[in-house]
Amino acid sequence: MFKKILIANRGEIAVRVIRACHEMGITAVAVYSDVDRAALHVRKADEAYPVGAAAASESYLNINKIIEVAARSGADAIHPGYGFLSENAKFARACVDAGIKFIGPTAAAMDAMGSKTKAREAMERAGVPIVPGTSRGLESFDQAEQVAARIGYPVMLKAAAGGGGKGMRLVHAPEELKSALEGARSEAERSFGDSEVYLEKAIVNPRHIEMQILADEHGNTVYLGERECSLQRRHQKVVEEAPSPMVDAGMRRRMGEVAVRVAQAAAYTNAGTVEFLVDQSSVDAEKKFYFLEMNTRLQVEHPVTELITGLDLVHLQIRIAAGERLPFTQDEVQIRGHAIECRIYAEDPDNNYFPSPGKITLLLSPSGPGIRRDSGMYEGWTVPMDYDPLLAKLIGYGTDREQAIARLTRALNEYFVGGIKTNLPLFRRILSDPDFRAAKIDTGFLDRLLQQKRPEAAPDPRAVEAAAIAAGIFALLGSAAMAAGERPAANGANKPNPLSNWKAAARKEALR
Amino acid sequence: MTYDITIDGKNYRLELNRADGRWLCRLDGREVEVDAVLARPDVLSLRIGNQAYEVKCERVAGETHLWVGSQRFAAEVRDPRSLRGRSRAVDDRGPKKLIAPMPGKIVRVLVTEGTEVEAGAGVLVVEAMKMQNEIKSPKKGRIQRILVGEGAAVNAGDVLAIVE
Repeated sequence: MFKKILIANRGEIAVRVIRACHEMGITAVAVYSDVDRAALHVRKADEAYPVGAAAASESYLNINKIIEVAARSGADAIHPGYGFLSENAKFARACVDAGIKFIGPTAAAMDAMGSKTKAREAMERAGVPIVPGTSRGLESFDQAEQVAARIGYPVMLKAAAGGGGKGMRLVHAPEELKSALEGARSEAERSFGDSEVYLEKAIVNPRHIEMQILADEHGNTVYLGERECSLQRRHQKVVEEAPSPMVDAGMRRRMGEVAVRVAQAAAYTNAGTVEFLVDQSSVDAEKKFYFLEMNTRLQVEHPVTELITGLDLVHLQIRIAAGERLPFTQDEVQIRGHAIECRIYAEDPDNNYFPSPGKITLLLSPSGPGIRRDSGMYEGWTVPMDYDPLLAKLIGYGTDREQAIARLTRALNEYFVGGIKTNLPLFRRILSDPDFRAAKIDTGFLDRLLQQKRPEAAPDPRAVEAAAIAAGIFALLGSAAMAAGERPAANGANKPNPLSNWKAAARKEALR
Repeated sequence: MTYDITIDGKNYRLELNRADGRWLCRLDGREVEVDAVLARPDVLSLRIGNQAYEVKCERVAGETHLWVGSQRFAAEVRDPRSLRGRSRAVDDRGPKKLIAPMPGKIVRVLVTEGTEVEAGAGVLVVEAMKMQNEIKSPKKGRIQRILVGEGAAVNAGDVLAIVE
């Protein structure tokens, strides 16, 4: 077993991996950029090394620096977390060259799954269902017509050279195909300098369902159940849950076995996730699912799988990397209960979710039955502007979906992050939505919900009265925030005395 | 103590006193049975009759918010008797502060002290996260003071200028 692991990441995931290290008696090494010196993950680590300027390219993405620090610290393994270098084959190779174990798949497995066309071809060879269509660019309108007729409308034209919606056209009927093809080609040319376009069956309102897999280095691969990730905003996941409300035991087994085949086709080891698109409109009793891509890392939303299986995925990642065999078989994997996760971001929901960095002046964190909170923030911390603004993940777990929703809703009402804007209000809207509660969701759900004009609820008159009275009480008790004493910039004379709050509180304590 | 309170734009007059550890409270002349205890400097456990409320106070980008449970209200408190007061009067005729809405850097100062401006005229430009934000004058008047220079780093809530 490793004696020392360097965590090449930051924020909540670095804290989570440090915790796993401590639970396993392993020394945890943190790295931090100039703006992360006061970050929570540095406080929780056993050793900490500065790795450079705020810009990720100079610090968390700097392979040479990370390897150099790992060697200097004597770490025998590196956990890359998610994002940053976690799916970087060059980094995985650099670890091998430095004699440090990379906790994750091999560089070869990353390469095999990293390219969309390579992955599609590998899946075809492995007999894994992929979205029907062409794997090469369309050569003529005639060919497009034939393929579209064969796979059935609606179809999606897509640029081979890039994504982001550019060079994409949804075609509902044969009459539209010619002009759509011309439009897609010219847009692709303008956006990517490459007019190559291919064709796929368009799945209307798909659900995004992904399967967690785990493979040791001795040839054992298992699936650990699926996650429903259809609630997305601009292709970013916002709410995830496990199990998927639309997947029954039979479909889980079928998807799981396909996911295992995918992993084996890539000679995959350690934790990974196979993403599928599910066609709800399929008239087949077997809902059709298609391979979308494979994520060769631990994912943000792994806690929901941990809660319904009772497994600790980071412990297992470390054990697998240390050469141990999986301590259980596929038959021993049990799914129990339901878990739902909210990703809490420092974003302003009233301002198009613009990132909202700043100082957290007050933090009231929920806990209690069925609540898990993986957080990188603390009261008094200043959220830096330089990185993805994920603050924390709040997960509700219950015996069924209804109880998970009730617990999560209750916990969201207890959660208070003062001093910055967060997307907390968004989750209250989502969890109270009747379609969400009925599990009538798809990848378009959140965009539709956000476009709905929010009805202006009349404020509760009792709450208004409470606010008015509380405002006076805060002012009377000397609250700096209620004193409306804005600080002048630079060296202004009117800086609020940070001790005055505590004095006021002490006075009040004496009166209790 | 008497206060003029504004909650989401509506005004209230509040009389508040403490005697022998008990609170005496009149809201717009109506007596209200109140008991209150500070759990944290900005967290109040408030009882009105037998209703219990947890009220949080925060300052974000120059505004004070009160949260009663999960409901948010904009709040201002004025002590009508005090000359300087703990807070400023909300008065369109008085000087108004221009506040930085987010942390960033001043990239341009568009006016000088003494300049006459219209309501909505640009006064400074703040850059944050690769986006530029023009800070505008909230009212017609004269730029009384500019408290920052080009290149200054500012935090949310910092006073940047005063227009009278």
